[in-house]
Amino acid sequence: MTVGLFIPCYVNQFYPNAAKATLELLQKFGVNVVYPIKQTCCGQPMANSGFEYLSQDCNEIIIENFSGFDYVVGPSASCVLHIKEHLHSEKNEKQAASIRTKIYELVEFLTDVLKVEKLDAAFPHKVGLHHSCHGLRGLHLSQMSELNAPPFSKPQHLLNMVKGLEQITLDRLDECCGFGGAFCVTEEAVSVKMGKDRVTDHTKNGAEYITSSDLSCLMHLEGILHRNKSSVKIIHIAEILNATV
Amino acid sequence: MSQAKTKDHATLAGAFIKDEERVDWHDGALWYIREKRDIASKQIPEWEDLREAASQIKSHVISNLHEYLLQFEENLKKNGIIVHWADSAEEHNEIVYSILKAKEINQMVKSKSMLTEECGLNEYLEERGIEVVNSDLGEYIQQIDNEPPSHIVLPCIHKRKEEIGELFHEHLGTEKGLSDPTLLTRVARKHLRNIFLTRRGALTGVNFAVAETGEYVVCTNEGNADMGAHLSEVQIASMGLEKLIPQKNHLGIFLRLLARSATGQPITIYSSHYRKPRKGQEMHLILVDAGRTRQLGRADFRDSLKCIKCGACMNTCPVYRKSGGLSYHNTITGPIGAILAPNLDMRKHADLPYASTLCGSCSNVCPVKINIHEQLYKWRQEIVKEGYATKAKSLGMKTMAWTLSSPGKFTTAGKAGRWFLDKVPFVVNNKFNPWYKQRDMPEAPKESFEEWYNKKEKKD
Repeated sequence: MTVGLFIPCYVNQFYPNAAKATLELLQKFGVNVVYPIKQTCCGQPMANSGFEYLSQDCNEIIIENFSGFDYVVGPSASCVLHIKEHLHSEKNEKQAASIRTKIYELVEFLTDVLKVEKLDAAFPHKVGLHHSCHGLRGLHLSQMSELNAPPFSKPQHLLNMVKGLEQITLDRLDECCGFGGAFCVTEEAVSVKMGKDRVTDHTKNGAEYITSSDLSCLMHLEGILHRNKSSVKIIHIAEILNATV
Repeated sequence: MSQAKTKDHATLAGAFIKDEERVDWHDGALWYIREKRDIASKQIPEWEDLREAASQIKSHVISNLHEYLLQFEENLKKNGIIVHWADSAEEHNEIVYSILKAKEINQMVKSKSMLTEECGLNEYLEERGIEVVNSDLGEYIQQIDNEPPSHIVLPCIHKRKEEIGELFHEHLGTEKGLSDPTLLTRVARKHLRNIFLTRRGALTGVNFAVAETGEYVVCTNEGNADMGAHLSEVQIASMGLEKLIPQKNHLGIFLRLLARSATGQPITIYSSHYRKPRKGQEMHLILVDAGRTRQLGRADFRDSLKCIKCGACMNTCPVYRKSGGLSYHNTITGPIGAILAPNLDMRKHADLPYASTLCGSCSNVCPVKINIHEQLYKWRQEIVKEGYATKAKSLGMKTMAWTLSSPGKFTTAGKAGRWFLDKVPFVVNNKFNPWYKQRDMPEAPKESFEEWYNKKEKKD
């Protein structure tokens, strides 16, 4: 099995450790991972602002990079969802359609494709799990609190396998953090207030770390934590699942 | 000459958020209702099936609107109800005025009608010497404060009881400082009783209009629709074209969904069915288009017409809870308002589809399964296509797209995160950057993942 590693632009630039952990984790499970070096962006920043028509070049680059693999895996639910829902190409629609079905967010790839039931990981800390909206309501990584349907959680399932890790319970299970792409600057006041309230939910319930399968949410929460000199840290879920003592 | 421009959502929300303690209270009050909704919906095993059934019935209605409207009209007439058709808000207001004028009525009591708010009926009638009193307590409070409703089900949810006490002191002569909700409600009730007893004209909205029987249903918790209607000589109902359901037994689906979604109640206290005028009473029903058929013609947005106005999307929306309904500067506020409003005036409401993180919670609570967040995304594309995006935003997006359009440009620009620091708004470290106002930027690492990977590959 050969997996094309999709590392979103901002993860590449700002959170290389999450990308390294993703690579190492996949390799631990015997997956042959290839990182195509000519990657840029999934196009979501333009598309979510209403400029989807400007994201066509990004689409073509994705198709060029990832057409040859059995699976495409990325450590960002939001970018993966965007590709799943919006990757199209007049020139190469067949390849686009194929990528839309074979792209996975890391957590769902581990639970659904590799069917991971055991992890050699340890992270002796209190951790709060932040469900990114795109992971939750877009990719259905966990059951959504609004629905009358049986509960499940793929990230929780994996975190339960990590030695020493204690998951804290939040007052609001799956509320949005307020990042929202360009929303974080165009609606700065609302965005920050939403982020502050999410941070408070985690801190008052005793989290030492906030984790998620989306670094965009975490980048926003980290910005608020730092500014308020909090000792609580953010960490991508791949880094926890890849952590050893 | 400068023209007064409506402030946009971000500006109005920014002003609302300045009083953080109030925001927390507002957020908590609405979250409490969301939780009540969750509990109520989870007590019914078939909840998701009910949503699906309601969604399909409404889809069927808006796909066959023509037939159902004609059937409804025919049955209304059989029941002795006088039917009017209004193409626009203005026409609707003219019709109401002409009905009242013919009977020399100059005072009217109103209940449960966001449509008449949308049409600006109160102002229209008042300019023509007709006094209108909104009899739903929340709307009544908003009316005496001369402010529009901030929420379609909870019109004054943004007001605290002390503020309402102050308003009552000023307008109804209650004791200064009185803010006990029960006591204030009693005062309002006494005042409204007198209104009901003396008004010859009563207007209500319509929650559900049954095509096969020519009747309509109005849901209230206060019984005020009945009080007004039963005591009136002239009873008027105003409804949007989309309020139809085919059969009476479909109410068994919609009434179960409506109150649970709205407030977590199993059903509203009153579900009043109106079918025929009493002896000596005149009943009118006005079918209003006001942009609805235009929305019906927009393939991506027509599903918004399935809305039964429960307000669940507002209660669950974190943006709504933190920014207050009035920041949406539209009669219908919140997520559903943001997909309905651009149809009415795209330029004026170009900001509303952006007042969302696209988190998707709205679509999940919607009892008729409108894909609200997907429509918000689609409205954004539409707004840009129609040229309503600001020049600065267009330029920024084009620059970003250009850089990301080839790996070469991106790698050169991206070295050590330089491109990000220059071009991506949320990492520019200065006071003009909205990201930096209340958030620190991420620390740029020594090397990007790509740089690390390339070194590693060379070594290996």
